[in-house]
Amino acid sequence: MTADDVQVIGLTLGTAALSTLLTFPFGVALAWLLARKNWPGKSLVETVVALPLVMPPVATGLILLNLLGRRSPLGGFLQNVLGTEIVFTWKAVVAAMAVMSFPFLVRTVRLAFEEINPRLEQVARTLGASRTRVFLTITLPLAARGMVAGAVWAFARALGEFGATILVAGNIPGRTTVMSVAIYEDIQLGQDDHAYQLLAVSAVLAFAAILFSNQFSKWGGVK
Amino acid sequence: MKFQCRHLQLRQAGFLLQIDVELTGQVIGIFGSSGAGKTSLLEVIAGLRRPDSGVIAVDDRVLMDLSANLFLPPENRGVGYVPQDLALFPHLSVRKNLAYGHKPEAVPSGLNLAHVAEVLEIEPLLDRTIGQLSGGQKQRIAFARALLASPQLLLMDEPLASLDYELKLKIIPYLKRIRDEFKIPMLYVSHSPDEVIELCDQVIVLRGGKCLRTSRPDEIFEASTSMTLKPGIYDSSK
Repeated sequence: MTADDVQVIGLTLGTAALSTLLTFPFGVALAWLLARKNWPGKSLVETVVALPLVMPPVATGLILLNLLGRRSPLGGFLQNVLGTEIVFTWKAVVAAMAVMSFPFLVRTVRLAFEEINPRLEQVARTLGASRTRVFLTITLPLAARGMVAGAVWAFARALGEFGATILVAGNIPGRTTVMSVAIYEDIQLGQDDHAYQLLAVSAVLAFAAILFSNQFSKWGGVK
Repeated sequence: MKFQCRHLQLRQAGFLLQIDVELTGQVIGIFGSSGAGKTSLLEVIAGLRRPDSGVIAVDDRVLMDLSANLFLPPENRGVGYVPQDLALFPHLSVRKNLAYGHKPEAVPSGLNLAHVAEVLEIEPLLDRTIGQLSGGQKQRIAFARALLASPQLLLMDEPLASLDYELKLKIIPYLKRIRDEFKIPMLYVSHSPDEVIELCDQVIVLRGGKCLRTSRPDEIFEASTSMTLKPGIYDSSK
């Protein structure tokens, strides 16, 4: 394994972790709102969040490219006001991973919230607990396993992200090339042996993430 | 306790709860068959459900008066609520369940963990997890948890409904102990005449979301081992 490979693996792990960390609080908040509250526009938000699951990743990437490009209002604001360029940088990798993995996070955490018997929260309130205390001491601990599982699934999905990433971040060695893109490039160039090496690393990482998620569910089980 | 539930109206999918009663008793039964509105009424009293209109007061304490836009949240109502499924917190030990609503500095004498645990015979259970308890033990822990929050009113929603007859016979004495030892007013929901006769001094009979009548239990139930309603109770008006 070369230094370039280590760099690719490191960039993939780092961007996947960052995208999971950045989306986690929003994903948990949205999952709770979807599971526990009724509000105008809920169905629309549910649909938009689920879109990356069913749309071609390349199409999602194209939308991101248009949203974050210099000529878009958002991209222009980021470039001119904050001095930050997104497209074709590692930040675009994070953005693509975040958008593509967000539905996995929200769906898993939402299920965890929905599985909690609302009676537990109601009884806690009659025992004198404020809404905040109920959320922190009843809802969050009971949803913790689902939240960890959601984060792990989102991380694993981010590790394998390809379609949106290649469109919005490209394939710039040392800057935006992640494992999935490197594997694709190796196959294109006929470097199958190298592709299989990265494939093995990718499989081990995904396997470890899912194994951890499953084991955590067992350890954290309510007795 | 003087319990007032005035002009209460709760409309929910295909069901209308309309209650207007005032009665005095230490343990007031709310009796009726499934779908009569017993649990909905208890949820309104606990502050878990907001009705369309009405006033609820216990003695001089107004819990809700929607004409004055007063609706105390559940945490400020001073009620101890034991739902039918008990809703013990599965991720907390028995001791932590009991401590959840307990404020040792604010409790009246007698309502401390040691005394409640002694009365309900739960001392050996304190360090167990909820999953390690039997049905009857869970029942007593749920009673104790509600008591330790120092409620001014206990709300019991068919606490014995899921128990078999033998276990029910074992738990009823504990409910009597709660009634006699702690003297906290109680609203006791049940569809079982024998429980109402055993525990209550007044009863509200509900049917189809409306109060049919209020009276002493012995006036509406046959005083016999068969524990059946006297003929014509559901036909009579209040």
